[in-house]
Amino acid sequence: MYSASDLRKGLKIQIDGEPYIVTDFQFSKPGKGQALYRTKLRNMLTGNQFDRTYRSNDKFEKAPLMERTMQFLYAQGDEYHFMDIKDYEQFPISKEQLGDDIRFLIDNMEVQVLLFNDIPIGVTLPNFVNLTVTQADPWAKGDTSGSDTKPVTVETGFVLQVPPFVEEGDKIQIDTRTGEYMTRVK
Amino acid sequence: MLDIHNLRKRASLIQNLRHFFLEQDFLEVDTPIRIPAPAPEIYIEPELSGDFFLQTSPELCMKRLLANGSEKIFQICKCFRKGERGNFHLPEFTMLEWYRINSDYNDLIKDCENLLSFLVESLSINNTAIQHLKKTSEKFTVDEAFEKYSPIGLEECLIKGSFEENLCLHIEPQLGLTSPTILYDYPAELGALAKLRKDNSAIAERFELYINGIEIANGFSELTDASDQRARFEKDSYIINSQGRKSPIPEKFLADLERMPEAAGIALGVDRLAMILWGASSINEVITFTPEEL
Repeated sequence: MYSASDLRKGLKIQIDGEPYIVTDFQFSKPGKGQALYRTKLRNMLTGNQFDRTYRSNDKFEKAPLMERTMQFLYAQGDEYHFMDIKDYEQFPISKEQLGDDIRFLIDNMEVQVLLFNDIPIGVTLPNFVNLTVTQADPWAKGDTSGSDTKPVTVETGFVLQVPPFVEEGDKIQIDTRTGEYMTRVK
Repeated sequence: MLDIHNLRKRASLIQNLRHFFLEQDFLEVDTPIRIPAPAPEIYIEPELSGDFFLQTSPELCMKRLLANGSEKIFQICKCFRKGERGNFHLPEFTMLEWYRINSDYNDLIKDCENLLSFLVESLSINNTAIQHLKKTSEKFTVDEAFEKYSPIGLEECLIKGSFEENLCLHIEPQLGLTSPTILYDYPAELGALAKLRKDNSAIAERFELYINGIEIANGFSELTDASDQRARFEKDSYIINSQGRKSPIPEKFLADLERMPEAAGIALGVDRLAMILWGASSINEVITFTPEEL
């Protein structure tokens, strides 16, 4: 069990049998009065968001969640298929559930899949992925226009800013949490 | 952690606060931080320190000084409140308190206005976002504010126990946006150490100062009736004990209160004031170290 003082961004709790993640949290205590724990919650199954305010003596159940390492196999329409690397069990995950993670997902990538009562509800990518640059404007040597980055497209279709020396065909490392270029990979 | 530039800004703010009060012949005092009996407050939990408590406010010691001859005093000190942590809260924070005899809460409201104008001028902050601090404050009674902004009236909120929720969600965000706002005349039960109005004993002569939707200071005309104060302490102490916390009655304070002249006193959160002056969105941006950085 959690109590209100455990509430913080990212905490996963269960309400009425469904898992929720705290997406925003604010502690308030107006006018010497009772403490209020104001949260924004997202239902991890439906994606629905709402605001809820709790008091010091409120208690919460931990959401029964499990993480399994899975490999991305293929996409079919809006369904993305993953396979548990230990028991080969396969799970479909919707495009909507994957959200922005799709920008970094390539075949055979190993990811952490979050399950709620054996239903996949979320995917955590590795912090860093290596992707191939599929489109880049050549670096005009002697270009003194002053811009020290240029946009390139990687194999997943994601566009990001990189240093001018990165060329088509290069592999680059990207931080999946920020979507930012880290380094060129040999 | 603050960099040199921000350390200087913080130091300058504290020096200017001091300057403001010294110029007006307030005496700076430093009372003990460890005390045997803080004022019983149902919703403020003090940290234990051996057999003593760390102060949640220097209020009781400062009022004892008034009872013993001080007339105008101020203090800038650390206060401690267990479990309070958020964008506007720290379990250890810096408080400015000042007290003046033969005064009431109206005098404190004027002090607040003068202090804010003085700070904007003396810190020579050209930031247009804080010029509204120099304006004369807008004033609402708590009742008026609920009438104006809350979907549920004050009386119903008090009965249902949703005072804080409605204040916090619907009223506070509207206060102090174009000038400082004074919210005043609180229901008597929300002013544990405040004097009640002579013409209406259901109302305490208490006010709060708001800027940019943030509560900055809490002041009141001091209750000087020691037996009334004892009754209020005993009532709250009983509730606190039933929650499993110790809450001894501050006997020496009550004894001195018998002799205290009419007075008014106020507590102002220095870190929050710094946030407003600097335009910071989190209290973390204005203190040397956050608890997590220690």
